Amino acid sequence: MPGPSREGGAAPCRGRRVSDLPPDVAALIGVRQYQETAEFPVERGYIWNTCAAVQNSNPLFWDDAVAGAITGGPIAPPTTLSLWMRPHYWSPGHEGERLALRVHFDMKARFDLPEAIIGDNTLVFYDPVRPGDIITHAQVLRSVSDVKTLHLGTGRWWNIDVEYWNQDGATVGIESYAGFGYRKPGQ
Amino acid sequence: MTVYFNDISEGQRLPTLSVDVTATLVVLGAMASRDWRPMHHDHGFAVERQGLKDIFFNTPNQAAWFERYITDWTGPYGRLGRMTFRMKGSVFPGDTMAIDGTVTSLELDDTGCGWAGLALDLSVAGEAKTTCSARVAVPTNPDDNPWDRRGERWKP
Repeated sequence: MPGPSREGGAAPCRGRRVSDLPPDVAALIGVRQYQETAEFPVERGYIWNTCAAVQNSNPLFWDDAVAGAITGGPIAPPTTLSLWMRPHYWSPGHEGERLALRVHFDMKARFDLPEAIIGDNTLVFYDPVRPGDIITHAQVLRSVSDVKTLHLGTGRWWNIDVEYWNQDGATVGIESYAGFGYRKPGQ
Repeated sequence: MTVYFNDISEGQRLPTLSVDVTATLVVLGAMASRDWRPMHHDHGFAVERQGLKDIFFNTPNQAAWFERYITDWTGPYGRLGRMTFRMKGSVFPGDTMAIDGTVTSLELDDTGCGWAGLALDLSVAGEAKTTCSARVAVPTNPDDNPWDRRGERWKP
């Protein structure tokens, strides 16, 4: 499986200082982790359900003639990007909940920060996702700040990109998360 | 209907979208986005375990509402490039949700692609629940189709 054809790094960087980080964390910055390929191909049932849920009448998703003329064939709504990577609620051989955004939880554990929030969440859209595509994604730690104290507590910001690409290696989107892991005062 | 770049002005207000939120819309949005977490479909869990008023909209579903709002305005030639969210509160069944938007910037990039920057606000009874900034490409003329752009000609 080829990698994505475009670099990530869309996240805003809060306090990008790699040098004061523990070496094992610094070594993770820019490294693609937890690469996974979708359990099922992009399919129109979810496209229609998504449109039904928000009463989206955009003919790109309902009228193949319009989609053919404008987008070269049917596509999925861009904001369904992460949908295609979410695991089934249950499937044979899988037990327990699988965490999304595992790098976020890794950072919480690595710095022993019991609390965390996600601040801004950015979606950037590249090549359209089409029915039949097989999407792969991977998580990339982009930056970790030095120690900060906010009203919530003391901890660190980190920026994580989730890169999505199709079976041809073309980037279809990047999600960027700014997380703050922290310990409450007195905690 | 197609909105062209030259038809748009900075400061322009987009029409308000008002939606009466039901439990069905919350659950349908969660299931459509494959978000199986119980706070988006299990009233007892949301109220008794989480101390919330009710089940509430999940984030991917809110993204889909914003997308629908934007492309209701642009028409199908409008192509989303980027969205940034900040969640401030939850949207529950029984709420009347309003989405409003304003054009904050207009830009022709170096490939000739026309971009509108939007500030969007999802609110309930005047209280902001989610804010979103978005960047959407719209045609500059009847021969321009943002969806034809690939590679270096697409700079979201």
